[in-house]
Amino acid sequence: MASLIEFIGRQQDLILTRTAEHAAMVLTALAISIVTGIIIGYLITYNKHVAKAVIYVCGMIMTIPSLALFVFFIPILGLGPRPAIAGLILYTLLPIVRNVYVGITSIDPAVIMAARGMGMTEAAITLKVKIPLALPVAFAGIRTAVVMGIGLGAIAAFVAAGGLGVFIFQGIQRGNTNMVLVGALFTTVLAVTVDKLMQLVQRQTEKMVE
Amino acid sequence: MIRLENVSKIYPGQGEPIIEGLNLEIQSGEICVLVGESGCGKTTTMRMINKVIPHTGGTIYVDGKDISTINATELRLNIGYVIQEIGLFPHYTIEKNIATVPNEKKWAKERVAARVKEMMELVELDYDTYAKKKPRHLSGGQRQRVGVARALAADPPIMLMDEPFGALDPITRAHIQDEFIRIQARIKKTIVFVTHDIDEAVKMGDKIAVMHHGKLVQFGTPQDILTRPTDEFVENLVGHNRILKRFSLVECRAIKPSAAVFKITGERDEIIRRIESFERTSSFPVIGIIDDDCRPIGYIPMFKYEAGDETPIENRVKKVKAVQLIDERATLFDALGRLFSSSERCVFRMTKDGICTGIITMGDLFEAVRVNG
Repeated sequence: MASLIEFIGRQQDLILTRTAEHAAMVLTALAISIVTGIIIGYLITYNKHVAKAVIYVCGMIMTIPSLALFVFFIPILGLGPRPAIAGLILYTLLPIVRNVYVGITSIDPAVIMAARGMGMTEAAITLKVKIPLALPVAFAGIRTAVVMGIGLGAIAAFVAAGGLGVFIFQGIQRGNTNMVLVGALFTTVLAVTVDKLMQLVQRQTEKMVE
Repeated sequence: MIRLENVSKIYPGQGEPIIEGLNLEIQSGEICVLVGESGCGKTTTMRMINKVIPHTGGTIYVDGKDISTINATELRLNIGYVIQEIGLFPHYTIEKNIATVPNEKKWAKERVAARVKEMMELVELDYDTYAKKKPRHLSGGQRQRVGVARALAADPPIMLMDEPFGALDPITRAHIQDEFIRIQARIKKTIVFVTHDIDEAVKMGDKIAVMHHGKLVQFGTPQDILTRPTDEFVENLVGHNRILKRFSLVECRAIKPSAAVFKITGERDEIIRRIESFERTSSFPVIGIIDDDCRPIGYIPMFKYEAGDETPIENRVKKVKAVQLIDERATLFDALGRLFSSSERCVFRMTKDGICTGIITMGDLFEAVRVNG
């Protein structure tokens, strides 16, 4: 324990750099997957069959081992953060797409019917009714995706993407337990912190529709 | 105001049309009730009017214009819409819900705020208590009022109401129906009202359109439908107690009471003498007695006394019970109820200023529904 604290003290700068790297990589991937996930999730609400197929495919992607998914992109995107980001995007799509879809389709159809019957345009219905009402569920999906992304980001070190995973892989190779622990610990701290912050935002979105 | 000409609706891939050769004309300021069993096409007909469901044949005119030439959004913004499930926006306050259409029409803020207050007053919801609440804090009846207020907010000339009170308990429903009739008397909208409940149709409708298998089988006033059903289907729909339903169609002030009303003025002995002579010469079953200012005092149940009965007049007069006083705008159905619950032979028809304008007996009630039929 003492040696772990000493290690952290000694490697402070490197830990900070790796954490920032990790966060940047996950953030980039999630920014993209959130935007595409919301768009896909929204569009598939217009066709039940397409929705079923899309969610099925997203579910299939999740069953691929993450390591394999990252490696799969190396021939196309080379080594470094790029294949990792591509893998993370695909991986985190499911919770976002699914929750956006469920969020919108679980809105009471009478509400949409009334809105349409009163003369609200499709755009107004989307902006003023569908999005706000689907927000808590959609946001819960995004939160899951973010936490998942931070955890998976640790494996991205395998494709030389940097991040906190580097400590873990190097630690294993060198038999340095402290290094492994530091990698795991800071990944966890990052995930838990972000999760707690997002929980606060989620409560706000829930209050809005209550 | 609304005219359907040979309108039909066929869903692609289905041989049988949902609506066939429908002709219907709804006059301005009238409530037209579309009534029929589920699946008869009444809701489809209503939704074709605001283009929620496109019609596939014939022409629909709203305010003289063929609706296929009007943009759907524009058409709908000028037609109030109330559905059974109400469909209030759960994330909006009551105030914001009511303001939906005015906001879509981009009214000025102050105008919207004033209108919301006016609407809440109209449907009797206290502004200070409810304006800032969310729909889930309201009871079913209150939510339905908000639904009505929201539909009326932009003052559309036309309202479409799809089983608007169907989800309410019977007591709340009767209350809100009465209230709506009162509101309509003031605002005079052209209303298309869908229900499967013939009693509601009779109560709410100026006209009733009975639909069966996508066709209009009878169109007329509630009286017409109840007294002259065109076929067996309509007859079954209105039921065998349709004579009873007619009681709720007529207001007390519309009938001619047969019983005598005796106004007492002058000296006591003089009054008794006059009543006695009146009694002898008349064949009225009951005689109502009112004072100088036409306030009811009591009545004499004449049928109880044989000729030659020695009971003094003073003892023959029965005091009037509070339950026997009925507002002249109440229906005969209410009068019937009062008769039964008072166990008396007559009720006093009153103006709202407390003037008695006649007394109504059971015989009058029967006569009224018979004559009107």
